[in-house]
Amino acid sequence: MERSFIARNPSVLVFLALLAAFTLGVTALSEGFGIGVVSTSFVKTLGKTLCLCLVAVAMDLIWGYAGILSLGHFAFFGLGGYMIGMWLMYERTRQIVMGSLSEGVLPPTPEEIQAAIGNQIFGVVGSSDFPVIWAFADSLFVQLVLVVAVPGILALVFGWLAFRSRVTGVYLSILTQAMTLGLALYLFQNASGLRGNNGLSGLQNLPGVQAPQAVVSIWFLWASALALGLGYLLVAWIVSGKFGSVIRGIRDNEARVRFLGYGVERYKLLIFTVTACIAGIAGALYYPQAGIINPAEVAPIASIYLAVWVAIGGRGKIYGAVIGTAFVSLVSSWFTGGQAPDVSLGFYTIKWVDWWLIVLGFSFVLVTLFAPGGISGLVELMQRRRRKGDAG
Amino acid sequence: MKSLILAAMMLVLSTLAAAAQTGPVQAALQAQRSLIEESSRRTIGPAIDALGASDLQQMQMVLETWRAKDMWQRKSDGFFFAAQKTADGTYRLTDFDTGDPIGDFDKTALTQLKPNSGVRAMIATALVRFQLTSPDIAKRTEALDSIARDPEAGLLAPLRASIEGETDAFLLTRKQRLERLMTIAFDELPAERVAAINGMAGDLGVDFRATLNPVLATTIRVIDADVEPTGNLSSVLAPGSAALSESDAYEILVQAELAEPLTNADERDAILEANIIAGRVGSFPVAQLSSETARNAAYDVLVKDGAAPARVGAESIAGTLANYTFAEIFVEPSKDVTDAASAALAQTETRVVASQTLDLGLDALSLASIYFLAAIGLAITFGVMGVINMAHGEFIMMGAYTGYVVQQFVSNHTASILIAVPLAFAVTFAAGVALERLVIRWLYHRPLETLLATFGVSIALQQLAKNIFGTQARPLTAPGWLDGAWVINDVVAISYIRIAIFVLALLFLGLFLFIMKRTRLGLETRAVTQNPAMAASMGINPDRVNMLTFGLGSGIAGIAGVAIGLFAKVTSEMGSDYIVQSFMTVVVGGVGNIWGTLAGATMIGGFQKGVEWLNPSNTLAAQTYMIIFIIIFIQFRPRGIIALRGRAAGD
Repeated sequence: MERSFIARNPSVLVFLALLAAFTLGVTALSEGFGIGVVSTSFVKTLGKTLCLCLVAVAMDLIWGYAGILSLGHFAFFGLGGYMIGMWLMYERTRQIVMGSLSEGVLPPTPEEIQAAIGNQIFGVVGSSDFPVIWAFADSLFVQLVLVVAVPGILALVFGWLAFRSRVTGVYLSILTQAMTLGLALYLFQNASGLRGNNGLSGLQNLPGVQAPQAVVSIWFLWASALALGLGYLLVAWIVSGKFGSVIRGIRDNEARVRFLGYGVERYKLLIFTVTACIAGIAGALYYPQAGIINPAEVAPIASIYLAVWVAIGGRGKIYGAVIGTAFVSLVSSWFTGGQAPDVSLGFYTIKWVDWWLIVLGFSFVLVTLFAPGGISGLVELMQRRRRKGDAG
Repeated sequence: MKSLILAAMMLVLSTLAAAAQTGPVQAALQAQRSLIEESSRRTIGPAIDALGASDLQQMQMVLETWRAKDMWQRKSDGFFFAAQKTADGTYRLTDFDTGDPIGDFDKTALTQLKPNSGVRAMIATALVRFQLTSPDIAKRTEALDSIARDPEAGLLAPLRASIEGETDAFLLTRKQRLERLMTIAFDELPAERVAAINGMAGDLGVDFRATLNPVLATTIRVIDADVEPTGNLSSVLAPGSAALSESDAYEILVQAELAEPLTNADERDAILEANIIAGRVGSFPVAQLSSETARNAAYDVLVKDGAAPARVGAESIAGTLANYTFAEIFVEPSKDVTDAASAALAQTETRVVASQTLDLGLDALSLASIYFLAAIGLAITFGVMGVINMAHGEFIMMGAYTGYVVQQFVSNHTASILIAVPLAFAVTFAAGVALERLVIRWLYHRPLETLLATFGVSIALQQLAKNIFGTQARPLTAPGWLDGAWVINDVVAISYIRIAIFVLALLFLGLFLFIMKRTRLGLETRAVTQNPAMAASMGINPDRVNMLTFGLGSGIAGIAGVAIGLFAKVTSEMGSDYIVQSFMTVVVGGVGNIWGTLAGATMIGGFQKGVEWLNPSNTLAAQTYMIIFIIIFIQFRPRGIIALRGRAAGD
């Protein structure tokens, strides 16, 4: 009998244990449930980072393991955010509207409620009618299904079109980039029905929840950690079995796998769709913590950063994607947040807000050139050296 | 009897004497004296008309003086004079008829006429007829402008009269055209107007359409359903059609007091609220009034009790509308004129549509040349060498900023562009060579890594540009001779800058073909691309060729940057605006073939303009549709429009 999947992958348990310890630790230090060392906004940053790690795990599955460099996974991430954002915004606006309408003498009619909500939400784009895509915005259940379904279906259709015509390699990367650009441009229109470049806002306020943000942020931290843990397990399970062997084979030599009789396109399509769904879930957890989503979030550059994180962490290693994302995104927000001290050179002062991207860009070039395995590659290298030392 | 005749003669003589003393101009002014003194906008019209219609040469001077508030009235006899303030504070009066000064008067003996702005505007109109025949060409042009701006029936006759004496050919054409337009608008004879309309039918001028539109103005008249409409009928509108919605039709009935206004939901609710007694309206508990039907029912009960005016609900609209016909009647009574105008307008519209199609074609062509220009460097580095350079857009940006920097030092725009083009080539050539030597050289055969590494470079270069030049757009000004547009007619116009870009795109196409097919470098590049090992064994240095080819592609991007910067804003992000489109252009066209790139640019440009034409308010949607279109297009021709075959296709 084969050994169980966990037994074959002890690193998964280590990761899950570390994740649990991290989450418990942050909770104990938080303002909501603990001693208040970690501020609520930092808890949110950590929670958001966990969501980014989740989408990076998905990115690692499709890029690191299946060899498909998708430059469009943030489109799925953003769509997940938009789907949950629609419910959050609708429901919260409905409660506010109900509150103000119930002050009238007559009880409000459904038409009045609908018109008032529409006016509140779409007033900024000069409209008050509900677009068709908001038809299910009043149902949390449907919108939760859509969080997975909309990115999944988009990925399915796009992937089917792309893979069946054998678009591979850099062509596929450019095509996925075009997809996310197209989506971003579409969302930028006021006529898109998602409030154009205003995006959806006020998402941090959960309808019907009276708890303060300090508490809600911990809820979301736990939810994000849980999602990351499950996503990590799922991806580790996928890549450890026969399926994983096939997709690695596709990465290394697509033609040979095809000649062996595997339906390469079907494998690719499945991976593409599954990772899109994971990205959608990550986005649905991310944006309620961020509070706002707008079309700039799905601009091509966001997906490129995703690739940067995974590459710096080391692709083909799931924990590499997590390390790279956590490290780069936290360091980035530290530098661009203005907390990093300026460096004075006498004749010129380096302001990190201005120079961080340049450092990041060039360090990315250096990683690609000299450390293709990223951080996890360096870790492996050290482990191997130590083992060699022990043996010798 | 004799004495009677004598007396009559005396009277005539004395009048003549008075006329001789005062002159004809003063007489004309005195005839309108009371109106001029009153100087009110409402009553002055006939006076100004009378003065303006006189044939007296001096009348123009009178009107100008009056308008300039320099006409004063002598209190002793009420005569009007031009007055000028003298050094010692008195006023020197000048007689209008003779032009001779008649003496200095103290201010107390005079009254200044101060026409208000409305009156002055009327005087200005009256002056137009003098200006039309003025020997000064500037004055005549000014008069024509003023008529065209604000045509009036009264100006038609003087305009006609002035055509004969016109010496300037250009002004003559303008006068004739204006005369035709004003004939359409103001002539009293319908036949004349019809002739004028037919004569100009199909004319593309905006002024012609602007003249026809008021002729075809209509009003909607409501009549009982069983009565035939009278007057110059345009059409009978059916309520609920596109031209007249049911609610608009009902609103017209309400305006005409033929129907009661619909009961407003707010009014209904107010009455309901006013009739709440012990938590109930009639027999309805307030808590149940949470739907329109319930509220209407409760209100109807109130109506029955006489506590509220009858409710006119939306359901009664259709029944009321059925009792009336909505006739669209032309304001213009003559059917001949409106028929001719409709026909002429239709003919014009057809020609306008044809011109717009041509204009759209030119727009698409110019967009295609921009895409082609942005993509041609990429056709070398990506198409021929197979290197994915995501920093290509930043080379475009560098070229544009080079142009901007040159303009800071060289103020002559023509000279600065002539310097900027080779300099931009040099700068981006050097940057391209550096990028190839430092990064890309190590990553041949690993295209995905090349893509990522060049992304890193792209991010860094963009931020560097932001640090140096700031985030606001920098101007790159085109030389004066590129300003303006080639106007073909009132609809079709193409700016010179777009023509220049089209020419530049053609030049680059020629340059590319020449380098690739006719030079040693092109031969070596093609050899190295096809089989580097074989090329090396033939004595070609692949490293050097790769370096130079990449530099060439980058340098062309720099020149394209200068051209694009001339009409688009120069920002640190301009490169990323073009990079995806450029890759699309190359991929759609077919990698490795310049004609494919040309075809790709033409197709993408044409498609995008086509979508914009269908939905002109939304260029963002056009780009979304274009990307969807490209994704579908690649289904049918995965290797692009012009796919390489045989050995050249490589793997």
